[in-house]
Amino acid sequence: MKENKGFFGKPGVQTIMASLICIVIGLFFGFLVLLLIHPQGAWDSIVTIILNFITRSSGPAKIKALGNTLVKTSPLLMCALSVCFCYKVGLFNIGAAGQYEAGAGIALFAALGWGLPWWVCLILAGLAGALLGCISGALKAYRNVNEVISGIMLNWITLYLVNMILTKVKDPASPYTLPLAATNPKAVIPGAGLPAFFANNRYVTLAIPLAVIIAIAIWVVLNKTVFGYELRATGFNKEAARYAGMAEKKNIIVTLAIGGALAGVGAAFLFLTGYQQWTTTQTSVPGMGFNGIAATFLGGLNPIGTIFSSFFIQQITDGGALIDKAVYPSQISDLISALIVYLCGFTMFFRLIIANKLARKGGSK
Amino acid sequence: MLLLIQYTLMFASVLSLVALGGCYSEHSGVINLGLEGIMVMGALGGAMAMQFLGNAPAIVTIFVVMLAAVAVGMIYSCLLGFASIQFNADQTLVGTAMNMLATAAATIIARSFNTMKDPNNVSNTLQYIKQKRAFLVYFGRFEFNWFMVVAVVLLIVGYIVLYKTRFGLRLMACGENPQAADAVSINVYKMRWAGVLISGFLGGLGGIVYITAGVSEWKFEVGVAGFGFLALAVMIFGQWKPQYIALTALMFGFFRALSNVYTGIPFLKALNLDSKVYNMMPYIISLIVLAFTSKNSAAPKAEGIPYDKSTR
Repeated sequence: MKENKGFFGKPGVQTIMASLICIVIGLFFGFLVLLLIHPQGAWDSIVTIILNFITRSSGPAKIKALGNTLVKTSPLLMCALSVCFCYKVGLFNIGAAGQYEAGAGIALFAALGWGLPWWVCLILAGLAGALLGCISGALKAYRNVNEVISGIMLNWITLYLVNMILTKVKDPASPYTLPLAATNPKAVIPGAGLPAFFANNRYVTLAIPLAVIIAIAIWVVLNKTVFGYELRATGFNKEAARYAGMAEKKNIIVTLAIGGALAGVGAAFLFLTGYQQWTTTQTSVPGMGFNGIAATFLGGLNPIGTIFSSFFIQQITDGGALIDKAVYPSQISDLISALIVYLCGFTMFFRLIIANKLARKGGSK
Repeated sequence: MLLLIQYTLMFASVLSLVALGGCYSEHSGVINLGLEGIMVMGALGGAMAMQFLGNAPAIVTIFVVMLAAVAVGMIYSCLLGFASIQFNADQTLVGTAMNMLATAAATIIARSFNTMKDPNNVSNTLQYIKQKRAFLVYFGRFEFNWFMVVAVVLLIVGYIVLYKTRFGLRLMACGENPQAADAVSINVYKMRWAGVLISGFLGGLGGIVYITAGVSEWKFEVGVAGFGFLALAVMIFGQWKPQYIALTALMFGFFRALSNVYTGIPFLKALNLDSKVYNMMPYIISLIVLAFTSKNSAAPKAEGIPYDKSTR
């Protein structure tokens, strides 16, 4: 083995390259679909999807739209971190969607029903998510129930439960929950001067920097602490971890509880800005948890990479809402992100190709 | 009461078909989490076929619609086979991606299809009021659907194929111990492809049954409301065996039907429970039962693990 493999030999660079390949192929397929639907304007539309807020007319409008995208990026990032953290420990947290629902349900009920301040709502949301995570974790550790299956069941149970609870604080005339800022201004996460930077977008709050700080904290915990090392060791080889004296059952539960808390807080980060209300009649699990899976894998299973991939996914999702809806369906962005997730399954294969190319180049030198 | 039985049988048909699909796939060693997506695509194929058919005779309608749903389901399941058998991709990830992709793709296709016929129609709803009648036979007020027969037949076929034929036993060997299967010159890759394609066949069929149960138009935005996942629960609850899957499907179908018709039953109406409670019921029960039965799980031993010839 050669010591110095150059720029493209670094695993980090290869991961980024593989993610970029996924993005390019995904966007290309999206473009093909646009072409099929209506050839004129397909190019403009794909550009709009990628550029999103940059296509807005004036400077302040651009900044404001960027703010909106960031508002929705922070919950997505939290869900992605939840999936990422658990995956590092060998657990596929498909239950992030349910933990997100639980967080939204408790945060909104605490805010609208009990009139509690935002930080209490935030903590309660984290606890609710953690509780769900604990259920999945305990079932896995003590009853051998696959966390994917229990996660899926809990996603649906929580959806109906949250719909039931939030019906008590809904607007009498519509299926939406009461407007947050008008009902309980204390429950809105403070902006702390941030809206001024985003053309007075009042939805821009502390939630955004907090999410980024949490991402960095997760990276530190996983890579620089004994606790994180133990968790990752459990993920690599459960039996070996137990042999080395690590409490593998406890680790599984703790991991899913932390994952659950992350997703739960993520929901609070969105719903406590007042940007969106919960629809109490929804019959499908919200896509945020599943998009979190997309962002996790696109981010190369790295908490820092996840910051960028979450922003990218949200960027194209918002961009997709800007294209001409009389001609193109708005689901085109969902299609592109789904394709990107699918392609992420091939990441190992892409990395193998890159590595093989390098090896061949090295051989001919 | 009649309505309750009718809905129970309809939902049970859907659940048993899709769960049986998952059963084939998992017995071959591939976890098919994308069943929900396969159902959506199968439903789309069937619904589009119904739009094309117009006033064809009933027997033609039944066959063409089933063929379309099955074909689209099988084609869509290739996404899973391709990624997880050929490229050793993470099966959970691919399945999740397929579910996301199906709803988006089906909505786009249904909308484009509508716009093609009428440029002003931008909805993603497909209607099939007239064509749907081909599947129905009325006994008094009881609405009998041909799909119920199809489900029963396929369950029996499933039992025979899995336990009484060479193909079925070989398929199950690939999910239990692929290395040993390979050693007696069974082509593990081929068997896994067969398992995945059959699950596409049954999943697609389940999709069209689901959207023709009770309603005469479908809005593709909503997917199939978690029925694919419920079918997974049925499969696990049914211990990966067709005979138990049939019984479990009846039970889950009953609870699902209750949430639709409980207002018509005086005793349940008096309880005054939220309809959401009935919606939650199948999931809660399966979670509890899983907690008690998973210690000695009957799951195929090698499911979810990509087969690597070099580990033989």
